[in-house]
Amino acid sequence: MKDKNSKENKKTDKEPIVVLILYLLFFGFWYLTAYGFGNDAGKYKFIFGMPEWFFYSCIVGYIGICILLYIAIKFFFADTSLIKDKKGKD
Amino acid sequence: MINFSLFVPIILYFLLLIVITCYANKKARLAYNKGSFMEEYFVGSRSMGGIVLAMTIVATYTSASSFVGGPGVAYKLGLGWILLSMIQVPTVFLTIGILGKKFARVACCTNCMTFTDFLRARYSSPFVDILSSIAILIFFVASMVAQFVGGARLFEALTGNSYFIGLLIFGISVVLYTTFGGFRAVVLTDTLQGAVMAIASFVILYCTIKTGGGLEHIMKHLATIDPGLITPTGANNAIPKPFIMSFWVLVGIAILGLPQTTQKCLGYKDAKAMHDAMIIGTIVCGFTILAMHMVGALGRAVVPGIEVGDMAIPTIVRSVMSPFWAGVFIAGPLAAIMSTVDSMLIMCSATIVKDLYFHYVLKEDWAKISSKKIKNFSTITTAIIGLIVFAFAITPPDLLVWINLFAFGGLEAVFFCPTIFGLYWKRANSSGAICSMLAGASAFFYFNISGVSFYGTTPIVPSLAIAIIVFVLASFLGKKEPDKILEIFDF
Repeated sequence: MKDKNSKENKKTDKEPIVVLILYLLFFGFWYLTAYGFGNDAGKYKFIFGMPEWFFYSCIVGYIGICILLYIAIKFFFADTSLIKDKKGKD
Repeated sequence: MINFSLFVPIILYFLLLIVITCYANKKARLAYNKGSFMEEYFVGSRSMGGIVLAMTIVATYTSASSFVGGPGVAYKLGLGWILLSMIQVPTVFLTIGILGKKFARVACCTNCMTFTDFLRARYSSPFVDILSSIAILIFFVASMVAQFVGGARLFEALTGNSYFIGLLIFGISVVLYTTFGGFRAVVLTDTLQGAVMAIASFVILYCTIKTGGGLEHIMKHLATIDPGLITPTGANNAIPKPFIMSFWVLVGIAILGLPQTTQKCLGYKDAKAMHDAMIIGTIVCGFTILAMHMVGALGRAVVPGIEVGDMAIPTIVRSVMSPFWAGVFIAGPLAAIMSTVDSMLIMCSATIVKDLYFHYVLKEDWAKISSKKIKNFSTITTAIIGLIVFAFAITPPDLLVWINLFAFGGLEAVFFCPTIFGLYWKRANSSGAICSMLAGASAFFYFNISGVSFYGTTPIVPSLAIAIIVFVLASFLGKKEPDKILEIFDF
Protein backbone atom coordinates (compact mmCIF):
# COMPACT_ATOMS: atom_id res chain seq x y z
CA MET A 1 0.00 0.00 0.00
CA LYS A 2 1.00 3.57 -0.32
CA ASP A 3 3.33 4.78 2.36
CA LYS A 4 2.10 8.31 2.90
CA ASN A 5 4.56 9.00 5.65
CA SER A 6 7.65 7.87 3.80
CA LYS A 7 10.69 9.94 4.53
CA GLU A 8 10.97 11.12 0.97
CA ASN A 9 7.45 12.46 0.99
CA LYS A 10 8.02 14.25 4.27
CA LYS A 11 11.17 15.88 2.96
CA THR A 12 9.53 17.38 -0.06
CA ASP A 13 6.25 18.33 1.57
CA LYS A 14 7.45 21.68 2.80
CA GLU A 15 8.97 22.75 -0.50
CA PRO A 16 5.84 24.31 -2.02
CA ILE A 17 5.38 26.19 1.25
CA VAL A 18 8.91 27.59 1.09
CA VAL A 19 8.23 28.65 -2.50
CA LEU A 20 5.03 30.42 -1.45
CA ILE A 21 6.79 32.21 1.39
CA LEU A 22 9.53 33.44 -0.95
CA TYR A 23 6.86 34.56 -3.38
CA LEU A 24 4.97 36.52 -0.75
CA LEU A 25 8.19 38.09 0.51
CA PHE A 26 8.95 39.31 -2.99
CA PHE A 27 5.44 40.63 -3.46
CA GLY A 28 5.45 42.39 -0.10
CA PHE A 29 8.80 44.02 -0.70
CA TRP A 30 7.81 45.00 -4.24
CA TYR A 31 4.58 46.58 -3.05
CA LEU A 32 5.86 48.37 0.03
CA THR A 33 8.96 49.88 -1.55
CA ALA A 34 7.18 50.93 -4.74
CA TYR A 35 4.17 52.60 -3.17
CA GLY A 36 5.86 53.55 0.08
CA PHE A 37 8.80 55.41 -1.38
CA GLY A 38 6.89 56.31 -4.51
CA ASN A 39 4.42 58.51 -2.77
CA ASP A 40 5.99 61.94 -2.81
CA ALA A 41 6.20 62.58 -6.53
CA GLY A 42 8.49 65.44 -7.31
CA LYS A 43 10.52 64.91 -4.17
CA TYR A 44 12.26 61.68 -5.07
CA LYS A 45 15.71 60.83 -3.79
CA PHE A 46 17.99 59.35 -6.43
CA ILE A 47 20.13 56.29 -5.83
CA PHE A 48 22.61 55.24 -8.53
CA GLY A 49 20.73 57.50 -10.90
CA MET A 50 17.31 55.98 -10.25
CA PRO A 51 14.37 57.17 -8.17
CA GLU A 52 14.49 55.59 -4.71
CA TRP A 53 11.25 53.60 -5.10
CA PHE A 54 12.38 52.18 -8.41
CA PHE A 55 15.81 51.24 -7.13
CA TYR A 56 14.39 49.29 -4.20
CA SER A 57 11.34 47.67 -5.75
CA CYS A 58 12.83 46.72 -9.12
CA ILE A 59 16.57 46.38 -8.63
CA VAL A 60 17.07 45.41 -4.99
CA GLY A 61 13.95 43.22 -5.04
CA TYR A 62 15.16 41.30 -8.07
CA ILE A 63 18.68 40.76 -6.76
CA GLY A 64 17.40 40.03 -3.28
CA ILE A 65 15.00 37.32 -4.34
CA CYS A 66 17.67 35.61 -6.43
CA ILE A 67 19.93 35.42 -3.37
CA LEU A 68 17.13 34.29 -1.05
CA LEU A 69 16.08 31.67 -3.58
CA TYR A 70 19.59 30.26 -3.76
CA ILE A 71 19.84 30.07 0.02
CA ALA A 72 16.39 28.55 0.42
CA ILE A 73 17.10 25.83 -2.11
CA LYS A 74 20.45 25.04 -0.56
CA PHE A 75 18.95 24.63 2.91
CA PHE A 76 15.39 23.51 2.45
CA PHE A 77 15.23 21.50 -0.73
CA ALA A 78 16.05 17.84 -0.91
CA ASP A 79 17.70 16.13 -3.83
CA THR A 80 15.26 13.28 -3.62
CA SER A 81 14.81 10.72 -6.27
CA LEU A 82 11.90 11.39 -8.56
CA ILE A 83 11.32 7.81 -9.42
CA LYS A 84 8.38 6.22 -7.71
CA ASP A 85 7.81 2.55 -8.25
CA LYS A 86 4.38 1.23 -9.09
CA LYS A 87 3.49 0.64 -5.44
CA GLY A 88 3.90 4.31 -4.62
CA LYS A 89 6.92 3.80 -2.38
CA ASP A 90 10.22 5.57 -2.99
CA MET B 1 19.47 51.02 -48.72
CA ILE B 2 19.68 48.09 -46.39
CA ASN B 3 22.97 47.66 -44.65
CA PHE B 4 24.06 44.08 -45.10
CA SER B 5 26.15 43.89 -41.95
CA LEU B 6 22.82 43.80 -40.19
CA PHE B 7 22.22 40.37 -41.61
CA VAL B 8 25.53 38.78 -40.63
CA PRO B 9 24.60 38.00 -37.02
CA ILE B 10 21.14 36.90 -38.11
CA ILE B 11 22.52 34.42 -40.62
CA LEU B 12 24.99 33.12 -38.05
CA TYR B 13 22.15 32.63 -35.62
CA PHE B 14 20.12 30.64 -38.11
CA LEU B 15 23.12 28.51 -38.97
CA LEU B 16 23.46 27.65 -35.29
CA LEU B 17 19.81 26.67 -35.22
CA ILE B 18 20.36 24.31 -38.12
CA VAL B 19 23.35 22.73 -36.39
CA ILE B 20 21.31 22.20 -33.25
CA THR B 21 18.46 20.65 -35.18
CA CYS B 22 20.78 18.19 -36.88
CA TYR B 23 22.32 17.26 -33.56
CA ALA B 24 18.89 16.77 -32.04
CA ASN B 25 17.80 14.69 -34.96
CA LYS B 26 20.85 12.46 -34.64
CA LYS B 27 20.29 11.91 -30.94
CA ALA B 28 16.66 11.24 -31.61
CA ARG B 29 17.39 8.53 -34.14
CA LEU B 30 19.20 6.59 -31.43
CA ALA B 31 16.07 6.67 -29.33
CA TYR B 32 13.71 5.67 -32.07
CA ASN B 33 12.15 2.34 -31.65
CA LYS B 34 8.43 1.72 -31.57
CA GLY B 35 7.87 2.57 -27.94
CA SER B 36 9.98 5.62 -27.57
CA PHE B 37 9.43 7.62 -30.73
CA MET B 38 6.74 9.64 -29.05
CA GLU B 39 8.61 9.92 -25.82
CA GLU B 40 11.61 11.28 -27.67
CA TYR B 41 9.71 13.51 -30.10
CA PHE B 42 7.37 14.99 -27.49
CA VAL B 43 9.43 14.98 -24.26
CA GLY B 44 13.03 14.49 -25.33
CA SER B 45 13.19 11.20 -23.42
CA ARG B 46 13.14 13.17 -20.22
CA SER B 47 16.79 14.11 -20.37
CA MET B 48 16.80 17.83 -19.64
CA GLY B 49 19.39 19.14 -17.23
CA GLY B 50 19.08 22.32 -15.14
CA ILE B 51 20.33 24.89 -17.61
CA VAL B 52 18.28 23.58 -20.51
CA LEU B 53 15.15 23.39 -18.39
CA ALA B 54 15.66 26.90 -17.06
CA MET B 55 16.29 28.36 -20.48
CA THR B 56 13.44 26.61 -22.15
CA ILE B 57 10.98 27.83 -19.55
CA VAL B 58 12.34 31.36 -19.71
CA ALA B 59 12.52 31.43 -23.48
CA THR B 60 9.09 29.92 -23.92
CA TYR B 61 7.58 32.33 -21.47
CA THR B 62 9.22 35.51 -22.78
CA SER B 63 7.87 36.34 -26.15
CA ALA B 64 7.21 39.29 -28.42
CA SER B 65 5.43 41.06 -25.61
CA SER B 66 8.47 40.98 -23.35
CA PHE B 67 10.73 42.23 -26.10
CA VAL B 68 8.63 44.62 -28.11
CA GLY B 69 5.12 45.05 -26.79
CA GLY B 70 5.91 45.59 -23.11
CA PRO B 71 8.87 47.92 -23.64
CA GLY B 72 6.70 49.82 -26.14
CA VAL B 73 4.21 50.51 -23.38
CA ALA B 74 7.06 51.43 -21.02
CA TYR B 75 8.08 54.01 -23.61
CA LYS B 76 4.68 55.66 -23.31
CA LEU B 77 3.99 55.23 -19.62
CA GLY B 78 7.38 55.21 -17.96
CA LEU B 79 8.93 53.45 -14.98
CA GLY B 80 5.55 52.34 -13.65
CA TRP B 81 5.33 49.83 -16.48
CA ILE B 82 8.73 48.43 -15.57
CA LEU B 83 7.40 47.97 -12.05
CA LEU B 84 4.50 46.03 -13.51
CA SER B 85 6.72 43.86 -15.69
CA MET B 86 8.85 42.88 -12.68
CA ILE B 87 5.87 40.93 -11.43
CA GLN B 88 7.18 38.23 -13.74
CA VAL B 89 10.44 37.74 -11.85
CA PRO B 90 9.16 34.95 -9.56
CA THR B 91 7.29 33.19 -12.37
CA VAL B 92 9.93 30.57 -13.07
CA PHE B 93 10.57 29.46 -9.51
CA LEU B 94 6.87 29.54 -8.71
CA THR B 95 6.03 27.27 -11.64
CA ILE B 96 8.76 24.74 -10.99
CA GLY B 97 8.45 24.93 -7.23
CA ILE B 98 4.70 24.42 -7.02
CA LEU B 99 4.20 22.09 -9.96
CA GLY B 100 7.55 20.56 -10.71
CA LYS B 101 8.07 17.73 -8.30
CA LYS B 102 4.47 16.70 -8.10
CA PHE B 103 4.33 16.52 -11.88
CA ALA B 104 7.51 14.48 -11.98
CA ARG B 105 6.30 11.83 -9.60
CA VAL B 106 3.08 11.46 -11.52
CA ALA B 107 4.85 11.44 -14.84
CA CYS B 108 7.06 8.57 -13.81
CA CYS B 109 4.17 6.40 -12.73
CA THR B 110 1.91 7.05 -15.66
CA ASN B 111 4.39 7.76 -18.43
CA CYS B 112 2.90 11.19 -18.98
CA MET B 113 4.15 12.87 -22.06
CA THR B 114 1.77 15.69 -22.48
CA PHE B 115 -0.09 18.04 -20.25
CA THR B 116 -3.32 16.38 -21.34
CA ASP B 117 -1.88 13.02 -20.23
CA PHE B 118 -1.64 14.49 -16.75
CA LEU B 119 -5.29 15.57 -16.87
CA ARG B 120 -6.29 12.14 -18.10
CA ALA B 121 -4.38 10.50 -15.27
CA ARG B 122 -6.08 12.66 -12.68
CA TYR B 123 -9.64 12.89 -13.94
CA SER B 124 -11.56 9.81 -14.95
CA SER B 125 -13.93 11.45 -17.41
CA PRO B 126 -12.83 11.55 -21.07
CA PHE B 127 -14.55 14.91 -21.48
CA VAL B 128 -11.82 16.56 -19.46
CA ASP B 129 -9.08 15.72 -21.87
CA ILE B 130 -11.19 16.32 -24.95
CA LEU B 131 -12.03 19.81 -23.69
CA SER B 132 -8.38 20.28 -22.85
CA SER B 133 -7.24 19.28 -26.33
CA ILE B 134 -9.73 21.63 -27.98
CA ALA B 135 -8.73 24.54 -25.74
CA ILE B 136 -5.05 23.94 -26.37
CA LEU B 137 -5.51 23.84 -30.13
CA ILE B 138 -7.66 26.97 -30.33
CA PHE B 139 -5.71 29.18 -27.94
CA PHE B 140 -2.30 28.03 -29.08
CA VAL B 141 -3.02 28.67 -32.74
CA ALA B 142 -4.29 32.16 -31.88
CA SER B 143 -1.22 32.80 -29.80
CA MET B 144 1.16 31.55 -32.45
CA VAL B 145 -0.44 33.77 -35.08
CA ALA B 146 0.03 36.76 -32.78
CA GLN B 147 3.68 35.85 -32.27
CA PHE B 148 4.34 35.39 -35.99
CA VAL B 149 2.76 38.73 -36.77
CA GLY B 150 4.77 40.42 -34.01
CA GLY B 151 7.99 38.97 -35.33
CA ALA B 152 7.32 39.83 -38.95
CA ARG B 153 6.42 43.40 -38.03
CA LEU B 154 9.61 43.74 -36.03
CA PHE B 155 11.65 42.42 -38.90
CA GLU B 156 9.92 44.84 -41.22
CA ALA B 157 10.56 47.77 -38.92
CA LEU B 158 14.19 46.96 -38.32
CA THR B 159 15.35 45.99 -41.76
CA GLY B 160 13.03 47.90 -44.01
CA ASN B 161 12.29 44.64 -45.78
CA SER B 162 8.77 43.60 -46.48
CA TYR B 163 6.59 42.07 -43.81
CA PHE B 164 6.12 38.96 -45.89
CA ILE B 165 9.83 38.25 -46.24
CA GLY B 166 10.35 38.51 -42.50
CA LEU B 167 7.39 36.22 -41.93
CA LEU B 168 8.74 33.77 -44.46
CA ILE B 169 12.24 33.66 -43.01
CA PHE B 170 11.57 32.94 -39.44
CA GLY B 171 8.17 31.34 -39.93
CA ILE B 172 9.62 28.69 -42.17
CA SER B 173 12.68 28.16 -39.97
CA VAL B 174 10.76 27.58 -36.79
CA VAL B 175 8.33 25.21 -38.49
CA LEU B 176 11.24 23.33 -40.02
CA TYR B 177 13.33 22.82 -36.93
CA THR B 178 10.34 21.92 -34.81
CA THR B 179 9.06 19.46 -37.37
CA PHE B 180 12.36 17.70 -37.84
CA GLY B 181 13.89 18.09 -34.43
CA GLY B 182 10.96 17.51 -32.10
CA PHE B 183 11.05 18.38 -28.41
CA ARG B 184 14.80 18.02 -28.12
CA ALA B 185 15.40 20.56 -30.89
CA VAL B 186 12.81 22.79 -29.26
CA VAL B 187 14.51 22.87 -25.87
CA LEU B 188 18.04 23.04 -27.21
CA THR B 189 17.21 25.93 -29.51
CA ASP B 190 15.38 27.51 -26.58
CA THR B 191 18.59 27.33 -24.60
CA LEU B 192 20.49 29.11 -27.35
CA GLN B 193 17.67 31.58 -27.69
CA GLY B 194 17.56 32.27 -23.96
CA ALA B 195 21.25 33.12 -24.02
CA VAL B 196 20.77 35.30 -27.10
CA MET B 197 17.92 37.17 -25.45
CA ALA B 198 19.91 37.88 -22.32
CA ILE B 199 22.92 39.10 -24.25
CA ALA B 200 20.83 41.16 -26.67
CA SER B 201 18.98 42.90 -23.88
CA PHE B 202 22.20 43.73 -22.07
CA VAL B 203 23.75 45.18 -25.22
CA ILE B 204 20.80 47.38 -26.07
CA LEU B 205 20.46 48.61 -22.51
CA TYR B 206 24.12 49.53 -22.39
CA CYS B 207 23.94 51.39 -25.70
CA THR B 208 20.80 53.23 -24.70
CA ILE B 209 22.17 54.45 -21.37
CA LYS B 210 25.42 55.46 -22.98
CA THR B 211 23.71 57.39 -25.78
CA GLY B 212 21.44 59.08 -23.27
CA GLY B 213 24.30 60.38 -21.16
CA GLY B 214 23.95 58.22 -18.07
CA LEU B 215 21.09 56.98 -15.94
CA GLU B 216 20.46 59.94 -13.68
CA HIS B 217 20.55 62.38 -16.56
CA ILE B 218 18.00 60.33 -18.48
CA MET B 219 15.71 59.98 -15.45
CA LYS B 220 15.72 63.69 -14.79
CA HIS B 221 15.05 64.35 -18.45
CA LEU B 222 12.08 61.96 -18.32
CA ALA B 223 10.66 63.97 -15.44
CA THR B 224 10.77 67.11 -17.54
CA ILE B 225 8.88 65.43 -20.40
CA ASP B 226 6.21 64.25 -17.98
CA PRO B 227 6.66 63.93 -14.22
CA GLY B 228 4.39 60.89 -14.21
CA LEU B 229 6.99 58.93 -16.16
CA ILE B 230 9.12 58.32 -13.10
CA THR B 231 6.28 57.47 -10.73
CA PRO B 232 4.91 54.02 -9.95
CA THR B 233 1.50 54.91 -11.33
CA GLY B 234 2.85 56.03 -14.67
CA ALA B 235 2.21 58.93 -17.01
CA ASN B 236 -1.27 60.40 -16.49
CA ASN B 237 -1.88 57.89 -13.74
CA ALA B 238 -2.39 55.24 -16.38
CA ILE B 239 -1.36 52.41 -14.05
CA PRO B 240 -3.65 52.59 -11.04
CA LYS B 241 -3.41 49.95 -8.34
CA PRO B 242 -6.38 47.72 -9.34
CA PHE B 243 -4.92 47.48 -12.80
CA ILE B 244 -1.47 46.48 -11.67
CA MET B 245 -2.90 44.06 -9.15
CA SER B 246 -4.83 42.32 -11.92
CA PHE B 247 -1.50 41.82 -13.59
CA TRP B 248 -0.30 40.01 -10.50
CA VAL B 249 -3.13 37.60 -11.08
CA LEU B 250 -2.57 37.33 -14.82
CA VAL B 251 1.19 36.85 -14.91
CA GLY B 252 2.00 36.21 -11.30
CA ILE B 253 -0.46 33.53 -10.23
CA ALA B 254 -2.55 32.22 -13.05
CA ILE B 255 0.52 31.33 -15.09
CA LEU B 256 0.49 28.13 -13.09
CA GLY B 257 -2.31 27.21 -15.47
CA LEU B 258 -0.30 27.66 -18.66
CA PRO B 259 0.16 24.28 -20.32
CA GLN B 260 3.20 25.27 -22.34
CA THR B 261 5.33 26.07 -19.31
CA THR B 262 3.96 23.33 -17.06
CA GLN B 263 4.56 20.82 -19.84
CA LYS B 264 8.28 21.49 -19.49
CA CYS B 265 8.19 20.09 -15.99
CA LEU B 266 7.62 16.67 -17.49
CA GLY B 267 10.91 16.59 -19.31
CA TYR B 268 13.72 17.12 -16.84
CA LYS B 269 16.27 14.68 -15.51
CA ASP B 270 16.27 14.87 -11.73
CA ALA B 271 15.64 17.03 -8.69
CA LYS B 272 18.96 18.80 -9.00
CA ALA B 273 18.02 19.84 -12.55
CA MET B 274 14.86 21.39 -11.17
CA HIS B 275 16.66 23.30 -8.44
CA ASP B 276 19.24 24.66 -10.84
CA ALA B 277 16.47 25.62 -13.23
CA MET B 278 14.68 27.60 -10.54
CA ILE B 279 17.72 29.70 -9.80
CA ILE B 280 19.08 30.13 -13.33
CA GLY B 281 15.62 30.75 -14.74
CA THR B 282 14.81 33.47 -12.25
CA ILE B 283 18.11 35.24 -12.81
CA VAL B 284 17.90 35.15 -16.61
CA CYS B 285 14.18 35.90 -16.89
CA GLY B 286 14.35 38.76 -14.41
CA PHE B 287 17.35 40.30 -16.08
CA THR B 288 15.97 40.14 -19.60
CA ILE B 289 12.61 41.61 -18.67
CA LEU B 290 14.15 44.35 -16.53
CA ALA B 291 16.68 45.34 -19.18
CA MET B 292 14.23 45.41 -22.09
CA HIS B 293 11.61 47.39 -20.25
CA MET B 294 14.22 49.86 -19.06
CA VAL B 295 15.28 50.38 -22.66
CA GLY B 296 11.68 51.19 -23.48
CA ALA B 297 11.18 53.62 -20.63
CA LEU B 298 14.58 55.31 -20.94
CA GLY B 299 14.18 55.43 -24.70
CA ARG B 300 11.52 58.07 -24.26
CA ALA B 301 14.22 60.53 -23.32
CA VAL B 302 16.93 59.22 -25.61
CA VAL B 303 14.87 58.87 -28.80
CA PRO B 304 11.82 61.06 -28.29
CA GLY B 305 8.86 61.44 -30.56
CA ILE B 306 7.98 57.85 -31.41
CA GLU B 307 4.24 57.66 -31.88
CA VAL B 308 3.40 53.98 -32.01
CA GLY B 309 4.39 51.87 -28.99
CA ASP B 310 5.35 48.82 -31.03
CA MET B 311 7.78 50.90 -33.07
CA ALA B 312 9.65 52.08 -29.99
CA ILE B 313 12.15 49.25 -29.67
CA PRO B 314 12.97 48.96 -33.39
CA THR B 315 13.44 52.71 -33.68
CA ILE B 316 15.56 52.95 -30.55
CA VAL B 317 17.70 50.07 -31.75
CA ARG B 318 18.33 51.69 -35.09
CA SER B 319 19.22 54.96 -33.40
CA VAL B 320 21.66 53.79 -30.77
CA MET B 321 23.38 50.81 -32.36
CA SER B 322 25.49 50.18 -35.42
CA PRO B 323 23.88 47.90 -38.02
CA PHE B 324 25.96 44.89 -36.97
CA TRP B 325 24.92 45.16 -33.34
CA ALA B 326 21.36 45.88 -34.41
CA GLY B 327 21.53 42.55 -36.19
CA VAL B 328 22.80 40.90 -33.00
CA PHE B 329 19.98 42.49 -31.13
CA ILE B 330 17.22 41.45 -33.51
CA ALA B 331 18.18 37.87 -32.88
CA GLY B 332 16.83 38.50 -29.35
CA PRO B 333 13.15 39.09 -30.03
CA LEU B 334 13.28 36.66 -32.94
CA ALA B 335 14.57 34.12 -30.47
CA ALA B 336 11.87 35.03 -27.98
CA ILE B 337 9.18 34.54 -30.59
CA MET B 338 10.57 31.36 -32.08
CA SER B 339 11.04 29.79 -28.69
CA THR B 340 7.46 30.51 -27.73
CA VAL B 341 6.10 29.27 -31.03
CA ASP B 342 8.15 26.08 -31.14
CA SER B 343 6.85 24.94 -27.78
CA MET B 344 3.26 25.61 -28.73
CA LEU B 345 3.69 23.97 -32.09
CA ILE B 346 5.09 20.76 -30.63
CA MET B 347 2.31 20.71 -28.06
CA CYS B 348 -0.39 21.13 -30.69
CA SER B 349 1.15 18.28 -32.60
CA ALA B 350 1.27 16.17 -29.45
CA THR B 351 -2.35 16.99 -28.75
CA ILE B 352 -3.48 15.75 -32.12
CA VAL B 353 -1.17 12.78 -32.49
CA LYS B 354 -1.03 11.43 -28.97
CA ASP B 355 -3.98 12.79 -27.05
CA LEU B 356 -6.60 12.52 -29.75
CA TYR B 357 -5.52 10.09 -32.44
CA PHE B 358 -3.33 7.63 -30.53
CA HIS B 359 -5.56 7.57 -27.49
CA TYR B 360 -9.01 7.57 -28.99
CA VAL B 361 -8.63 6.14 -32.47
CA LEU B 362 -5.88 3.62 -31.87
CA LYS B 363 -6.88 3.04 -28.27
CA GLU B 364 -3.21 3.10 -27.28
CA ASP B 365 -2.62 -0.14 -29.12
CA TRP B 366 0.89 -0.18 -30.54
CA ALA B 367 0.09 -3.13 -32.72
CA LYS B 368 -2.21 -1.03 -34.84
CA ILE B 369 0.46 1.23 -36.22
CA SER B 370 4.04 0.98 -37.34
CA SER B 371 6.66 3.26 -35.85
CA LYS B 372 7.36 4.66 -39.28
CA LYS B 373 3.71 5.67 -39.64
CA ILE B 374 3.63 7.38 -36.25
CA LYS B 375 6.78 9.23 -37.11
CA ASN B 376 5.42 10.42 -40.44
CA PHE B 377 2.11 11.34 -38.92
CA SER B 378 3.77 13.43 -36.20
CA THR B 379 6.07 15.26 -38.59
CA ILE B 380 3.32 15.99 -41.06
CA THR B 381 0.97 17.17 -38.31
CA THR B 382 3.58 19.58 -36.95
CA ALA B 383 4.25 20.91 -40.44
CA ILE B 384 0.58 21.37 -41.28
CA ILE B 385 -0.26 23.24 -38.07
CA GLY B 386 2.76 25.44 -38.71
CA LEU B 387 1.59 26.22 -42.20
CA ILE B 388 -1.93 27.02 -40.98
CA VAL B 389 -0.52 29.51 -38.49
CA PHE B 390 1.67 30.96 -41.23
CA ALA B 391 -1.33 31.34 -43.51
CA PHE B 392 -3.31 33.21 -40.87
CA ALA B 393 -0.37 35.50 -40.25
CA ILE B 394 0.05 36.55 -43.85
CA THR B 395 -2.74 39.10 -43.57
CA PRO B 396 -2.21 40.36 -40.04
CA PRO B 397 -5.28 41.25 -38.03
CA ASP B 398 -5.15 44.65 -36.38
CA LEU B 399 -6.00 43.41 -32.96
CA LEU B 400 -2.65 41.67 -32.46
CA VAL B 401 -1.87 42.50 -28.85
CA TRP B 402 -5.45 41.80 -27.91
CA ILE B 403 -5.32 38.33 -29.45
CA ASN B 404 -2.17 37.37 -27.60
CA LEU B 405 -3.38 38.55 -24.23
CA PHE B 406 -6.71 36.91 -24.89
CA ALA B 407 -5.11 33.55 -25.66
CA PHE B 408 -2.92 33.83 -22.57
CA GLY B 409 -5.78 34.67 -20.25
CA GLY B 410 -8.05 32.12 -21.86
CA LEU B 411 -5.56 29.32 -21.26
CA GLU B 412 -5.24 30.35 -17.64
CA ALA B 413 -8.97 30.65 -17.04
CA VAL B 414 -9.41 27.13 -18.38
CA PHE B 415 -6.40 25.28 -16.98
CA PHE B 416 -5.47 26.93 -13.70
CA CYS B 417 -8.09 25.15 -11.60
CA PRO B 418 -7.77 21.61 -12.98
CA THR B 419 -4.00 21.84 -12.59
CA ILE B 420 -3.66 23.28 -9.11
CA PHE B 421 -6.66 21.58 -7.55
CA GLY B 422 -5.75 18.36 -9.27
CA LEU B 423 -2.32 18.36 -7.68
CA TYR B 424 -3.22 19.63 -4.24
CA TRP B 425 -6.85 18.83 -3.45
CA LYS B 426 -7.98 15.29 -2.84
CA ARG B 427 -11.61 16.02 -3.53
CA ALA B 428 -11.01 17.45 -7.01
CA ASN B 429 -12.87 15.42 -9.58
CA SER B 430 -14.06 15.31 -13.18
CA SER B 431 -17.29 17.23 -12.63
CA GLY B 432 -15.31 19.99 -10.98
CA ALA B 433 -12.84 20.07 -13.85
CA ILE B 434 -15.39 20.03 -16.66
CA CYS B 435 -17.68 22.67 -15.13
CA SER B 436 -14.75 24.87 -14.18
CA MET B 437 -13.17 24.71 -17.64
CA LEU B 438 -16.44 25.66 -19.31
CA ALA B 439 -17.29 28.32 -16.74
CA GLY B 440 -13.82 29.83 -16.85
CA ALA B 441 -13.80 30.02 -20.64
CA SER B 442 -17.31 31.46 -20.85
CA ALA B 443 -16.66 34.03 -18.16
CA PHE B 444 -13.46 35.06 -19.84
CA PHE B 445 -15.16 35.47 -23.21
CA TYR B 446 -18.00 37.38 -21.59
CA PHE B 447 -15.85 39.85 -19.68
CA ASN B 448 -13.65 40.49 -22.68
CA ILE B 449 -16.46 41.03 -25.15
CA SER B 450 -18.85 42.96 -22.96
CA GLY B 451 -16.18 45.17 -21.45
CA VAL B 452 -17.75 44.88 -18.04
CA SER B 453 -15.12 45.48 -15.41
CA PHE B 454 -14.96 44.12 -11.90
CA TYR B 455 -13.70 46.90 -9.61
CA GLY B 456 -11.30 48.14 -12.27
CA THR B 457 -9.59 44.80 -12.81
CA THR B 458 -8.91 43.04 -16.10
CA PRO B 459 -11.09 40.07 -17.25
CA ILE B 460 -8.81 37.37 -15.85
CA VAL B 461 -9.65 38.30 -12.26
CA PRO B 462 -13.41 37.67 -12.25
CA SER B 463 -13.03 34.76 -14.70
CA LEU B 464 -10.54 33.01 -12.46
CA ALA B 465 -12.67 33.69 -9.39
CA ILE B 466 -15.68 32.14 -11.12
CA ALA B 467 -13.63 29.17 -12.32
CA ILE B 468 -12.44 28.52 -8.77
CA ILE B 469 -15.87 28.76 -7.18
CA VAL B 470 -17.41 26.53 -9.84
CA PHE B 471 -14.63 23.99 -9.48
CA VAL B 472 -15.11 23.67 -5.75
CA LEU B 473 -18.90 23.49 -5.90
CA ALA B 474 -19.01 21.04 -8.79
CA SER B 475 -16.40 18.82 -7.16
CA PHE B 476 -18.49 18.49 -4.02
CA LEU B 477 -21.54 17.68 -6.10
CA GLY B 478 -19.74 14.88 -7.90
CA LYS B 479 -18.15 11.67 -6.71
CA LYS B 480 -14.59 11.37 -5.47
CA GLU B 481 -12.14 9.98 -8.00
CA PRO B 482 -11.33 6.27 -7.52
CA ASP B 483 -8.57 5.38 -5.10
CA LYS B 484 -6.23 4.04 -7.73
CA ILE B 485 -6.06 7.48 -9.27
CA LEU B 486 -5.64 9.26 -5.95
CA GLU B 487 -2.84 6.91 -5.01
CA ILE B 488 -0.73 8.00 -7.95
CA PHE B 489 -1.04 11.57 -6.79
CA ASP B 490 0.04 10.84 -3.23
CA PHE B 491 -3.36 11.46 -1.67
